[in-house]
Amino acid sequence: MPSQTVVSAMRMEGEKPVLIGGRAKDSGAYAFPMPTGPAAARYEETALASEGTLWSFTVQRFPPKTPFKGELDPKKFKPYAVGYVELPGQIIVETRIKTDNFQALKIGMPMRLTTDVVAPADSADGLLTYAFEPV
Amino acid sequence: MSDVFVIGAGIHAFGRHDALSGLDQGELAVRAALEDSGLVWDDMQFAFGGSSASGSADALLPRLGLSGVQFINVANGCATGGSAMLSAYWAIKSGEFDVGVAVGFDKHPRGAFNAQPEHWGLPTWYGETGMMLTTQFFGMKIQRYMQLHGISARTLAMVAEKAFANASLAPHAWRRTPVDLETILQSETINDPLTKYMFCSPSEGGVALILASEKKARELGRADVKIMSAAVRTRPEGSFEVFAPSLRVERGRAPTELAAEAAFAMAGVGPEDIDVAQLQDTESGAEVMHMAENGFCKDGDQERMIRDGETRLGGKLPVNTDGGCIACGEPVAASGLRQVYENVVQLRGAAGARQVEDARIAYSQVYGAPGLSAVAILGRT
Repeated sequence: MPSQTVVSAMRMEGEKPVLIGGRAKDSGAYAFPMPTGPAAARYEETALASEGTLWSFTVQRFPPKTPFKGELDPKKFKPYAVGYVELPGQIIVETRIKTDNFQALKIGMPMRLTTDVVAPADSADGLLTYAFEPV
Repeated sequence: MSDVFVIGAGIHAFGRHDALSGLDQGELAVRAALEDSGLVWDDMQFAFGGSSASGSADALLPRLGLSGVQFINVANGCATGGSAMLSAYWAIKSGEFDVGVAVGFDKHPRGAFNAQPEHWGLPTWYGETGMMLTTQFFGMKIQRYMQLHGISARTLAMVAEKAFANASLAPHAWRRTPVDLETILQSETINDPLTKYMFCSPSEGGVALILASEKKARELGRADVKIMSAAVRTRPEGSFEVFAPSLRVERGRAPTELAAEAAFAMAGVGPEDIDVAQLQDTESGAEVMHMAENGFCKDGDQERMIRDGETRLGGKLPVNTDGGCIACGEPVAASGLRQVYENVVQLRGAAGARQVEDARIAYSQVYGAPGLSAVAILGRT
C-alpha cells in the first residue's frame, strides 16, 4: 500500500474530499486555509463548497524547488495546472487543477473538487491534496 | 522641512559577475555615487542600506570607513531599495540631516526564487503541493487581466522586445542584445501565458544614491534633481498578491494604486505631467498592468498604446528606458534604486542614445512580495 499524507486543508469523508476553511465569528467572512495561531479563536472551522468557477489559471512548466514534494528532476517532471476557483458567495481558493488538457482551460468554466497526489515520478508515496477539475 | 535632492548616483552594472560578491558590487556603487557627488564617505551623516541575499548591508562599513555613521539595514522584499531611499528622503525632509546615502545590492543564485512557506506565515503544504511560486502569480494575474481587458499575447511580447531594444542602449543593463517579436512569442513557456523572454531573472548589481537637503545641494552646486515625492503602500483588503492561498470574492484595490495616488498628490502633479516612467516589470504582464495601476491609462488601453509605440523611446510616455527588470534582471534590494538611478540620468540629460527629449518629471514604481509598492517622482529644477 502506498503511504499518503493528507494536507491539513482537506479531510476525506470516505471517497469524498472536503475542503476546510474558516468562517469569522463576527463578520461571517470566509478564510482559507483555516487560520492558525491566535487568529483561530475568531473563526469556526467550516466545510467549503465543492463546486465553483475558474477565476484564473496558469501551467507550471518547470519543476519547483523544495519543499515541493513532486518530481524535481526537469527530465522527468510533468507540467501541471494551478489556478483560482471562485466558490460562489464564499471565497476564491488557490488550487492545483487536475487535467492534462491545458488548452481547454477557460476562465469562468465550472469546476468541482477532487483529489490529486503530489509525488515524485517513480513513487507511489506522496502527498494527498485537494484539487479541482473541469466539470 | 527641507526639499530633498539627489546629488549623487552610482551603479554597478546589473548582470552576472562571477568574480564579485554582492557586497563588492554595493561598495563599487557607493564609491561611484560619492565620486558623482564630489563628496567622501566621511561626509555621510547617515546611511540606509539593504541586501536580500548578500548578507547585512552594514558590512559595507569596514570597506568604506568606520566613521561611526548611523547605518540602518532595510529589509522590505523587492521594495527594499525603494524603502531605503524613502527612509533617506524622510531623514533629510525632516530637517534632521543634510546629506546621506541609500544603497542596495544583491547577488542571487540562478533560477526562480525559492520561498519557504513558514517564512510567509503559510502552511507547509502550500509549498509542498507546488503552488508557492512567484512566477505562477504573475501568470495568473495577467491571464485574468488579458481576458477581462482584451490584452493580446503579442502585446506582452512587444513589451519584452522594447525592453531588450532599450537595454542595448544602456551600459548598466544585463541583456543588451535585441530579441525579435517572434523569438519572444515562440520561446519556451514558463508559466502560461508568459514565455522565457517575457520574464526577468534574478541577477546581481548594486546602486547607491546620495541625497541632500536643498541648502547642501545648493552649496555643492548640485541642486538639479529634486525628489518631488516618495511613498510606499502595502496591500489593502481584496487586492491580488503573490503567495495568496485564497482571495476575497469582493475584489479590492492594488497597493500600487494607493502608492501612486499618494505620490501624485504629494508632488502636486498628475500622470499627464510625467515625461518618463520606470515601472516594475517582473515580467511583461506586470508592465502592462502597472501602466493602469499607476494611473497612466485605463484598463485595456495598453493594447493600443503599446501597438502605437507610445511607451517606446520617442513615444508619448517612454517606459523602462534602460530595459527594466526584464533586461536588467532583478537583484532584489538594488532593483528599485536602479529605476531611480535611470530617472536621475534621464533628468540630467545624460542618457545618451536612450535620452528622453527634454525629460523634466520622471516616475518610478517598484512592486514587491507580499504586496507592497514604492513610488518616487523626481523633477528637474
